[in-house]
Amino acid sequence: MTNYWKDFFRKNGTALGLFLLLSVAVWMLVMIILPQLYMLDFSFRANVPPPQWGTESHVYTLEHYKYLIYGNVNSTDAFNYIDLGVFGRTILASIFVTLIDVCLCYPVAYYLAHVARGGWGRLMVMSLIVPFWVNELLRAFSFKVMFGASGVINNALISLGILDQPYDFIRENVALYSGLSYAYILLMIFPIYNAIESLDKNQIEAARDLGSPWWRIHWRVVIPHAKPGITSGCTMVFMLTAGALAAPQILGGPSSLWFTQLVYKWFNNSANWARGSAYALVLLIACIIFVLLMMRFFKVRLGEIAR
Amino acid sequence: MSSDRIRRFFVLFFVLGFFLYLFGPLLIMGLTAFNSSAFPRVSPWECFTVEWFDVLANDGRLLEGLKNSFLIGFGVVLFAVPLGLAGALMLTQVQERVRPWYYTIVISPILVPGVVLGISTLLFWDRIGVMFGASRDSIFYDGFFLTIIGQSTFIAAYTMLVFISRLQRFDPAQEEAALDLGATHVQAFRKILLPFLKPAIASAAVLAFLASFENYNTTVFTSISTSTLTTVLASKVRYGIDPSISALAVAIVVLTVFGAAIHEVVKRREEAAAKQAGMVAAGLIKEKKAQKQWFLEPAIIGILLVFIAGLGTAFFAGTIGVEECKVAVKEQKQIETAKRIEALKQKTQARKEAEAAKVELQKTERANRTGTENFNSIFSGGNLAPKSDTNETEGNDSPRTGTENFNSIFDSTNLQPEESVKPDDEAEPEARTGTENFNGIFSSGNLAPATTE
Amino acid sequence: MSADVQLEDVWIRFGDFVAAKDVNIHIQDGEFFSFLGPSGCGKTTLLRAVSGFLAPSQGKVLIGGKDMAGIGPNKRPTALIFQNLALFPLMTVWENIAFSLEVKGMGKADRRKRADELLDLIALPNQGDKMVNELSGGQKQRVAIARALAAEPDVLLLDEPLSALDLKLRQHMRTELRAIQERVGITFIYITHDQGEALTMSDNVAVMSQGIIEQVAGGNQIYDSPETAFVASFVGENNHFIGKVSECDGETVSVETPSGVLRARSVDRNGQKQLQRGDDALVFIRPESLGFSDQRPFDNVLQGIVERQEFEGNFWQVFLKVDGSDRVVTLSMVNDGRSVGHDVGSRVKVGCNADLAVALPLGPMAAE
Repeated sequence: MTNYWKDFFRKNGTALGLFLLLSVAVWMLVMIILPQLYMLDFSFRANVPPPQWGTESHVYTLEHYKYLIYGNVNSTDAFNYIDLGVFGRTILASIFVTLIDVCLCYPVAYYLAHVARGGWGRLMVMSLIVPFWVNELLRAFSFKVMFGASGVINNALISLGILDQPYDFIRENVALYSGLSYAYILLMIFPIYNAIESLDKNQIEAARDLGSPWWRIHWRVVIPHAKPGITSGCTMVFMLTAGALAAPQILGGPSSLWFTQLVYKWFNNSANWARGSAYALVLLIACIIFVLLMMRFFKVRLGEIAR
Repeated sequence: MSSDRIRRFFVLFFVLGFFLYLFGPLLIMGLTAFNSSAFPRVSPWECFTVEWFDVLANDGRLLEGLKNSFLIGFGVVLFAVPLGLAGALMLTQVQERVRPWYYTIVISPILVPGVVLGISTLLFWDRIGVMFGASRDSIFYDGFFLTIIGQSTFIAAYTMLVFISRLQRFDPAQEEAALDLGATHVQAFRKILLPFLKPAIASAAVLAFLASFENYNTTVFTSISTSTLTTVLASKVRYGIDPSISALAVAIVVLTVFGAAIHEVVKRREEAAAKQAGMVAAGLIKEKKAQKQWFLEPAIIGILLVFIAGLGTAFFAGTIGVEECKVAVKEQKQIETAKRIEALKQKTQARKEAEAAKVELQKTERANRTGTENFNSIFSGGNLAPKSDTNETEGNDSPRTGTENFNSIFDSTNLQPEESVKPDDEAEPEARTGTENFNGIFSSGNLAPATTE
Repeated sequence: MSADVQLEDVWIRFGDFVAAKDVNIHIQDGEFFSFLGPSGCGKTTLLRAVSGFLAPSQGKVLIGGKDMAGIGPNKRPTALIFQNLALFPLMTVWENIAFSLEVKGMGKADRRKRADELLDLIALPNQGDKMVNELSGGQKQRVAIARALAAEPDVLLLDEPLSALDLKLRQHMRTELRAIQERVGITFIYITHDQGEALTMSDNVAVMSQGIIEQVAGGNQIYDSPETAFVASFVGENNHFIGKVSECDGETVSVETPSGVLRARSVDRNGQKQLQRGDDALVFIRPESLGFSDQRPFDNVLQGIVERQEFEGNFWQVFLKVDGSDRVVTLSMVNDGRSVGHDVGSRVKVGCNADLAVALPLGPMAAE
C-alpha cells in the first residue's frame, strides 16, 4: 500500500497528487457517503425539535418506518393504506411509464440510426436535444396547457364533436402519465439510439439476405445488440420517474399523490424531517433494488447503465 | 412488397407522431406566449402580443430567482468541474481491484433520486453546523452554499463522465513525453493534459451549468429561503399560471436552438480544418486556407439575421394594434360575460340545493391538501356547474377557457356578479404579477361556495 | 555532452511477472546501442527504467556514472523518442521542438531561434509554423528527433520509432538516424524487433528474450557467432540439427545427429566453454553456408531430396528434405549466371565446412 502511494505521488507529483486525493476524498466522503449515512441514522431517530438533535432525547426509534407500514397509532386500519398505496402506485406507474417510453423510443431510435440518412437524420437527432434543454417544470407546464380544461386537446375534441364537455385529463392522471413519459424520454432514446447506431448495417443486411422476416431481425439481431442501451434507458427513466417531484406537483390530479410528494410534505408542511428522511430512504432502497434487478436480469454492469 | 410499403408508411407515421409528441406541447406553449389571453391558451386566439415578455422582464421574484440560479450555476461549475476532473483522473490510477467500488460510489449520485440528495445534504450540513456551533445565518444554513454542494454531488458525476470519455482518447505517452523533456508534473498537466481536455472542460462546464439551472428536485430542499429560477417557477406553475411562463420557455428554446446552431457550425469548421490538415500532410494541397473568425461564418451571420428579424417582427407585430385588438376582444367578452351572468343567475339558483351536498363532501376531502390540488379542483369540480350552464345557454362555439372560469367562479361565488365584470379588467394584470394574489383569490373563491349555502 | 549508461544487476518485476532478469550491460559513451528482441521480451521495460518512468525492483541504473535511483524522468539527462512519437497535436511544429526549452523558462525569441536551427538540422526548414498533423509520417519522425535533441540529452532513447513507417522510408531513416547520431555524437539506445535495423545501425547489439540478455556484441559477431540457441535462431535464417556431442577437439566439436555426424565450431559464452562430450547440442548452419557437394568437398555432408526451389533474382532458394530429419533445410545459392536449378524430387548431396557451422547447447529457440 505504501508502495502504491509512493507510486501515485511519483506519477502525479505532489501538488497534483494532493489535489486529486483531496477532491476525491471530499466528493466521496463529505458529499456522497457521509450525508447518506447521516440520513440513514437520522431516519431512525425520534422527531424532536432541531435544538435537541444529537442530545439524549434524540433517541433511536422505528416509529417512522412503522408509520409508513401501519399508519397512525390511533388509526383503525391494519396498515397505512394511503401511504403504502402511494408508494405502490408510484413504483407501478414508474414501471408503466418506463415501458411506454421503451415502446415509443425503440422504433424511433432504430429509424434514426438506420433508416434516416444524411442531413435529415442529423437534424432530427439534433432537434431531439431541444426539448431536453427546456426546464423540467416548463415541460410539465406545457402539458398542463395542453390538457387543461380549456386546453388544446379538449378544445379540439369538442370542436370535432367527440366530446360535448371538457374531459378532466388532470384528475384522471392522463396528463400526469403523459407528462412523466415525456419528461425523461430523451434519456431513453439516446442510449438506445447510440447502441443501435453502433450496429453494423451489414449484419441486418445479412439477416435479411438469409430470409429473416423483419420482426425476427429485430428480435435476434437488433434488440440483443441494443440491450445495454435499452437497459440503461430503462434504469434512468425509472429512477427519474420514481424520483420526480416537479411533474407530479404540477400535473398530479387532486386524488393522486406521488411518493416524493409525501417526502416533500413531511419536510415542508409537517416539519417532520426524520419521517421525511425515512420515506426518502425507502424510495432510495426501492431504486437500488430496481437497479440491482436490472443489472442481474439483463446482465449488464453499472458502467453501462450510467453512460 | 406491398406489405413492406405499408410497414414503411406505418413506421414513418410513427416517427412523425413521436416528433409531434416531442414538439407539440412546446409549440403550443410557445404560441400561448403570444396570445393576449390572460390564461395560456391558443384557442380562442385573442390578440398577438409580446406583452408577456414584458411581464416576464418585470417579474421581480422571477428575476431574483434567475439571478440566484445564475450565481448557483457558476458556483456549481467552479465546484463540480474540478471534482469531476479529479474523479476521472483518479479512475485511471486507482488499483485494479478497488476500481469497481470506486466507480460505483462516484457514479451513484446519478442514480440516487434528487430529493434524497437534497435531503441528505440539508441534514448533513445542519449537523456539521451544529458541531461547529455555527449560527443560523452561517454558511451551513445558507441556501447558496447548500444548493451548490447538493447539486455538485451529482453534477460532478456528469462532468466526470464527460472527462472519462475524453481521457479515453488521451495518449498517456504525451504526458510522459513532456516529463521526459524536462517538464515538471504541474507543467505537464498544465501544458499537455489541460489543453487536451479544454473542449471537455468547456462542455462539462456548459453541462454543469445547465444541469444546475434546470435542477428542481435537489434544489427545492437545499435552497431553504433562497429562491431560484426553478423554485419560483414551481410555485408560479403550481399556484397560478399566466403566459409569461410560456414566454420564458420561448426565450429558453430560442437560445437553445441558437446555441445548438452555433455549436454545429463550429464543429463543422473543426472537421473542415482537420480534413485540410490531412490533405496538407498527404501533399494534396500546399497550404491550409486561413479560416475566418467564427462569427464571420456565413451560417452564423444568417442565423443571427433570422434571429434579429424574428425579434423585430415579433416586437412590431406584437405592439402595434394590440391595444385596439384587446379593446375589441374585451368588449366582446363583456357582452358574453353579461349574458352568461344572466344565465348563471337563473341556473345557479336552481342547482344550488343539489350541489350543496356534493361540494360539502369535496371540501372536507380537500381540506388538508396543498394549493395545486385546490386549483385543479376549482377547474374541474366546483366549476362543472357554471360551465355546463354556459354551454346550455350559448351553444358549442362559445369560448370556454380558464380565465373565464375564474371569472365565473368569481361571479358565482361573489354575491355581486355585476361587480365582477369590472374586476375582469383590473384583475388580469394584478393576477399576473403575484402568485399570492391568485392564491388569495382562489382560497376565497373556494371558501365561498360553502358560505353561500 | 555525452554519457555512458550502466545497468547493474537490474531486475524488474510486475507482480509475479519478471520483465527483466539480472541485466548487466555497459553502454559506452557515444555508442549506438540496440536492444533487439521479439515483442514482449522486456526491451521496452528496460528502456523505461533508463528513462526513469519506472524504477527497477532491484539493481542500479547509472548514467554518466551517477546512480539514477529516485531521479524522475524530467531530471534525467535522457530524452526518449516514443514508439508513436507522442508529438503534441495541439502545438505547432516549432512549439513541439522547443517544448523542453519552454519548460526551462527560455524566452520565446530564443526558443524560436533554436527550433529553427534544429529544423535545419533535420532538413525541414520553414516548416515550423505548421501543425503537427499537417506533416507526413517521415516528417513527424524527424520532428520527434529534433524535439528530443532540443533538450540536449546525454543519451537519446529510441523506442521502435520507425515501426510505423513504410519500408522505403524506414530504410531511408536508418541511414539518416545513423548520420544524425554521428553528427551530434551522443549515446543512442535503440529498441527494435527488426534485426535489419539493429544490425545496420548499431555499434553493439543486445539480443533479449524473456527478460534475459542473451548476447551483447557487434552486429557481425551476433550473426556469425551466436552464443545461444535463441540468438542463432532469432537473428537471420538458420537451419538446425539436434544431436549429441561425440567429440571435442579444441574449438571444433563433432555432433552426432540423425542426419549424420556434423562437425561445427563451438562458441564460448562469457569466456566459458559451453559444450562437453555427451552434451545435447544444436548445430546451426546458415542457408548461404550450404553448397552442393558435387562442386567441392565439405567437412559435413547431408543427403536429401529437392522439395521445391524459388528463384529470387540475386539468388536461388532451394528447399531440401534431408535424410534423418523432418525439417526442411534451406539452401541459398548466389545466382552467378551459370548455376542451374535442380529438378524437384532429385537426390542431392549438400554440405558445409566446420567453421561455418555453429554448435550450441540445447536451449529455447525463437518462435518461427
